Amino acid sequence: MNVILIAVIVLAAIGLVASAVLYLVSKRFAVREDPRIAQVAALLPQANCGGCGYPGCQGFATACVKAADKGSLEGYLCPVGGGEVMTKVADALGMTVEQTAPRLAVVRCNGTCENRPRLAEYDGRRSCHIVQMTGMGETGCPWGCLGCGDCVAACQFGALRMNEETGLPEVDESLCTACGACQKACPRGIIELRLAGPKGRRMVVLCNNKDKGAVANKVCKASCIGCGKCVKVCDKFEAITLDKNLAYIDASKCRLCRKCEQECPRHVIHAFNLPPLKNKETNLIKI
Amino acid sequence: MKTFRIGGVHPQENKLTAGQPIRQAALPKQAVFSLFQHIGAPAVPVVKRGDEVKVGTLLAEAGGFVSAPVHSSVSGKVSKIDAVIDASGTRRQAIFVDVEGDEWEPEIDRTPDLVTLDRHPELDAKTIVEKIKKAGIVGMGGATFPCHVKLSPPPGSKAECVIINGVECEPYLTADHSLMLEHAEEILVGVSLIMKAVGVSRGYIGIETNKPDAIALLTEKAQMYKDIEIVPLKMKYPQGGEKQLVDAIIGRQVPAPPAIPISVGAVVQNVGTAFAIYQAVMKNKPLIERVITVTGKSLTKPGNLLARLGTPFSQLIEECGGLPEDTGKIIGGGPMMGKALLSLDVPMTKGSSGLLLMNNKEAKRTAPQPCIRCAKCVSACPMGLEPYLLATLSSMAEWEKVERLDVTSCIECGSCHFTCPSHRPLLDNIRLGKTTVMGIIRSRAQKK
Amino acid sequence: MNRLTISLSPHVHGGDSVARNMYGVCIALVPALVASLVFFGLGAAIVLVTSVVSCVFFEWAITKFLLKRDARSVLDGSALLTGLLLGFNLPSNLPVWIIIIGALVAIGIGKMTFGGLGQNPFNPALVGRVFLLISFPVQMTSWPIPGENLTAYLDATTGATPLALIAQGNLDALPKMSDLLLGSTGGSLGEVSAICLIVGCLFMIWRKIITWHIPVSILATVFVLSGLLWLTNPQTYVNPVTSLLTGGLMLGACFMATDYVTSPMTHKGQVIYGICIGLLTVVIRCWGAYPEGMSFAILIMNAFTPLINTYCKPKRFGEVPQGKEAKK
Repeated sequence: MNVILIAVIVLAAIGLVASAVLYLVSKRFAVREDPRIAQVAALLPQANCGGCGYPGCQGFATACVKAADKGSLEGYLCPVGGGEVMTKVADALGMTVEQTAPRLAVVRCNGTCENRPRLAEYDGRRSCHIVQMTGMGETGCPWGCLGCGDCVAACQFGALRMNEETGLPEVDESLCTACGACQKACPRGIIELRLAGPKGRRMVVLCNNKDKGAVANKVCKASCIGCGKCVKVCDKFEAITLDKNLAYIDASKCRLCRKCEQECPRHVIHAFNLPPLKNKETNLIKI
Repeated sequence: MKTFRIGGVHPQENKLTAGQPIRQAALPKQAVFSLFQHIGAPAVPVVKRGDEVKVGTLLAEAGGFVSAPVHSSVSGKVSKIDAVIDASGTRRQAIFVDVEGDEWEPEIDRTPDLVTLDRHPELDAKTIVEKIKKAGIVGMGGATFPCHVKLSPPPGSKAECVIINGVECEPYLTADHSLMLEHAEEILVGVSLIMKAVGVSRGYIGIETNKPDAIALLTEKAQMYKDIEIVPLKMKYPQGGEKQLVDAIIGRQVPAPPAIPISVGAVVQNVGTAFAIYQAVMKNKPLIERVITVTGKSLTKPGNLLARLGTPFSQLIEECGGLPEDTGKIIGGGPMMGKALLSLDVPMTKGSSGLLLMNNKEAKRTAPQPCIRCAKCVSACPMGLEPYLLATLSSMAEWEKVERLDVTSCIECGSCHFTCPSHRPLLDNIRLGKTTVMGIIRSRAQKK
Repeated sequence: MNRLTISLSPHVHGGDSVARNMYGVCIALVPALVASLVFFGLGAAIVLVTSVVSCVFFEWAITKFLLKRDARSVLDGSALLTGLLLGFNLPSNLPVWIIIIGALVAIGIGKMTFGGLGQNPFNPALVGRVFLLISFPVQMTSWPIPGENLTAYLDATTGATPLALIAQGNLDALPKMSDLLLGSTGGSLGEVSAICLIVGCLFMIWRKIITWHIPVSILATVFVLSGLLWLTNPQTYVNPVTSLLTGGLMLGACFMATDYVTSPMTHKGQVIYGICIGLLTVVIRCWGAYPEGMSFAILIMNAFTPLINTYCKPKRFGEVPQGKEAKK
């Protein structure tokens, strides 16, 4: 009996002392945090993708609260949640925020194995940044996709997938949140976050080659040679510009007339989420 | 026997062309002069399409202080100014010259007579540096840093000695070796010119003991120059690294970047550069040709070729017996630090010290295994870094940690990869870390 | 022409490989292996074969069926080495089933749970041995007398090891120094012959498989500490040379503590590691419950290896010691 009693007393005493210590420590070292941070963080998607430029959702929430204290949430955007989430965050902080149009990642290269033959084999760790340091990479094109999938690895949402056949990454539009992680991961700046367009319909120049036409033609069958035909045909909307031998379509001006697609002799301009053109007759120019 | 103190490895030498006389390469049909043959700002063309040029005519002038002019190495007509894939593997602007005949600029002295410094007492430091600058001379060991910049010490630092790099620690390469054997006296005059240019009275020429003939010859010839000392060095890679050489010869270690050898009072130049300086100052000959080792185990006639700059690599290979069937890799430079090329349609530049062909078997790397933490890379690193850790952290994109572990000190010598029993691509990852961290440091400096 | 290869420099390799290092250590163990066969005969052969075969088998099976990786990695020699070292650390009359359990713990828990080669924080062979020592204390501490009845296995006559004699304070019964050096004393089958182990160690240093830092710092520390103790009281404490030659010290210092994966990376760190192992060994031997402390000392220091790696950095090129800089 005595033994049990002693055991109970000792345990109780240890328990008391320990709880007292715990209590004191938790009081003494308590971290005071703005309750709004937790509130904002709860509204965020908690993907911790870092697409906003802050270390995770908690970091972004802290930044938002600080910004709100200064009076404006301008420039703060959760690319995953988009305008919807930012409106909620602004409401929670008693602010207003402008709506932004949804965007999607687009891989601006069509240098498939067929279009752009591999001249050499890269031997080493397969990382685009490392291959980029070899100069050209496996193909002769210094602008196109290196095909090692740094963007695929960077995507937190599984929206990118390497197509084994083409050797190019593909974007799953239903999963892409336009967080921009892939854009940052690409050493050649091929991926662009473009306006998604009405019902996801949009026209994109699928090439990043800024070399002169003859050179661009030599390395890849599907390269933009900067002939400027698309610019001419788009005189009505002036959505297409030619810079350094590369055409660029301004999505905010494009009216989806698809004339450029028809005109392009290299089939570089690609229409997303639009039916294929009935009249596929195009005039290839010789170089 | 002297050598550097930290790390180092012993690669198999494979100096197939050691002791071979320098062969004169034929003139190319078309020479291509890249505007990026040096570190720094690109050269700016001063000729246009259709211009007639001679050997030694200025094609492009320096685009800034850290830059160098480019001269034509052939006579003929400028056919175009266009992009070309150069030895760095990137497409860059270049001047194309179609060769017609071999007419030289008249002021170039083409006689083989030795002109010593005593015959030109009027030469002062400023004139020498100016002549070097005009001749477009860059570091010929491969770094291609404009020579006149090194010879103009920044304010606050004072040169105490000149160190000449005759180490040639890269396997296969023998260009400097044959140059030392055939032009010992010219090199010594070149060294005294460098010493005069920076105003020091102490010069060293470091040569590894695998070149006993060069050591003997230069020691004999250097008896006339009492302030130049030939220092035989124990063989160890990367002794030819600037910092390692300074440590080996005068026992001083250059601190971490941004410090450079001049911070410890040393001016380092390559023997090839010394020879080019001699030709530029004494013979008025700009940098238009250099010795290049064309080598490879399958090549039938490997050799040391004196070739005009701008000659395509494919022609050099033809002169050495043609491209072997089993070529698996083409390397511009040596096997430790050279760059793998995509094709042979690449023009020779001022920094081309070697052209190495590897056969299919040699070309492939062995598949990497897990790191067994044997610490051999740590022992091999000549900069006292921890390659295993830098490589792992770089592949995990932990840039701050990599920066804290001094990744910017890495000289990319490849000793870690060379020694790794698990065949891990350590340097690939470290290079990624280094490039990224340098970018971060630059952007930080810009923000300030 | 066939397709070219491109890669970043360097384009050549020194030709060293994991297998070369692992088999190098195995070759270095051959003299001690021969000694164990001479002294313990059939028993040693059975224990060693069982240990090696089961270690290699478990490594292969776990890689193939649990990790689902390419099981050819078993050929790199690391499992063979673990098997040899585990066998070396066992008495020669240990039943086969116990050895198999030891091999399973060594490879399965000590190595593969952490992800296989290069990932384990503790020396796998020692994990196996210590597990057996704690689980089967009787079988693990009955030591056959060397040189007697070489065909006996489980029924071998047993006797006390020198370390047990020391722990009992029976210093007069210790075997001669020459016996300790050659190895005709009781003990684990691979640890008895100090001379063979030293030869193996020199071989490894010559082949540049290991550096001298760890073995020398361990042995020196043990020598100095036990020497000091001996000077204070020669009646209770054994002389320092005997301490060096007895028990698993030589095997541990040359082969177990120098394991690549679990030892520090820098020379400075290796010396600190060695000194701490030496210190712990002497402390456990003199005041601990077990007569031998080498295995425990190494395992404890294995745990500190990451810490040592964090704080012991190699001397950077061009780094000026702070005192010197102030002088300038």
